[in-house]
Amino acid sequence: MAILEVNDIHKRFGAAEVLKGISFSLEKGSSLAIIGSSGSGKTTLLRCLNFLEKPDRGRITVQDEVLFDAGDPGTQAEPEIRKKRLNFGLVFQAFHLFPQYTVLKNITLARELLEKERQKTQGTSAPQKEIDADAAALLAQMGLVGKEKAYPHQLSGGQQQRVAIARALALKPKILCFDEPTSALDPELTGEVLQVVRSLANKKTTMVIVTHEMAFARDVADHILFMDEGLIVEEGPPEQVFGNPREERTRQFLARYSSEP
Amino acid sequence: MSNAQTIVSRLVDSFQLNVQLFFLTLLFSLPLGLVIALCAMSRFKPLAIVTKTFVWMIRGTPLMLQVIIIFFAPGLLNFGAPWGSGASARFTAATIAFIINYACYFSEIFRGGIQGVPIGQTEAGQVLGMTRAQIFFKVTLLQVIKRILPAMSNEVITLIKDTSLARIISIKEIIMMAQEYTAQGLIWPLFSTGLFFLVFVGLLTILFSRLEKRLDYFRV
Repeated sequence: MAILEVNDIHKRFGAAEVLKGISFSLEKGSSLAIIGSSGSGKTTLLRCLNFLEKPDRGRITVQDEVLFDAGDPGTQAEPEIRKKRLNFGLVFQAFHLFPQYTVLKNITLARELLEKERQKTQGTSAPQKEIDADAAALLAQMGLVGKEKAYPHQLSGGQQQRVAIARALALKPKILCFDEPTSALDPELTGEVLQVVRSLANKKTTMVIVTHEMAFARDVADHILFMDEGLIVEEGPPEQVFGNPREERTRQFLARYSSEP
Repeated sequence: MSNAQTIVSRLVDSFQLNVQLFFLTLLFSLPLGLVIALCAMSRFKPLAIVTKTFVWMIRGTPLMLQVIIIFFAPGLLNFGAPWGSGASARFTAATIAFIINYACYFSEIFRGGIQGVPIGQTEAGQVLGMTRAQIFFKVTLLQVIKRILPAMSNEVITLIKDTSLARIISIKEIIMMAQEYTAQGLIWPLFSTGLFFLVFVGLLTILFSRLEKRLDYFRV
């Protein structure tokens, strides 16, 4: 059964229609890679899923709960949206860690605030010990043991991005989204981040990955979406999209990518 | 000699007015400046426009004139005597003029500082389920403070020196006090007032460089 269903998402910025009707679904525990040239709408789509952009049309459903419906204003109230966002985690291209907090605090801050709120509304919350232990486990999983007390500027880009992944995972999102997670990194640092994403895929984390790393997408994703000019041109399992693309535009795009490394 | 001692002690007393005006202005204009900055950035356009116009008027006219207007206008417009009477009324009026004036300057510094924080910081907070208030106080604010400290230090240093403008409505601050002696043919008291400001600004400079060091542990 699909954990995520996206129906007919449209998004326009001024005169430019960036998304022209995007529909897809995602199975629990599977990973989806979205590929396509710059300006094809991949990032906007991801931002719509995380409620950073409001689609003009369309519907987003997670586990049969309609999170967003452009035709139903009831689904768009600000306090609700804040809660609905927690279905998704987002890892940004440029990390956006909080510079004034240690690595550990970057990971625990949002959870601490949510637990405090839960204490107030429901009278129960996870103790600080548990929050810290969970964060320590995530750091270990990211290969960042010993960096708890470091500040973001003291870390390499690859380490910062791994902290950002841990920060997103700390809220246990149902679906983890990546927006070109390695595009801001030096080539020698992309490997360590891709490794971490791969290990998440092996653990059956449900993921949506926007990426320019074709070899990685082919290797890790269960399903590929190729987008061009705001539309899904082709989708399917990686062997098919990469090995035997049906559409001319997909072939052209892949040819461009294999010729310019 | 005892005459010189008297003069110095009277200068010290009068400088207390400058210092009082300084601290009262800071105490109220900092929060008010933040409110003005938030209004100027409001997505509700009329509020932003009204606020920006107000800031333009305050920054566009001399503080000395504003002190005069705040002090005299209520009486001239038949609003009675909202500031009370006597020396305390003059001090109240000057304080209010200073608070409004400095709040407007601070608001522009705050606005620049807030808008200088990358939007990615806010978005990172949003996708982590934080409220707008949580994002502002837990994520943005300290980064804003770090960014604006140098500009704030400039403005605060200007403030202590501006306090002597209060003499325009006969508040006997240090320069006005010293000028009484100039009228009697004694010039050194007036010259010596510079030392009071120098020492005070020296202390402010040390304070600000300490604050900047305190925030040195992270980069924005």
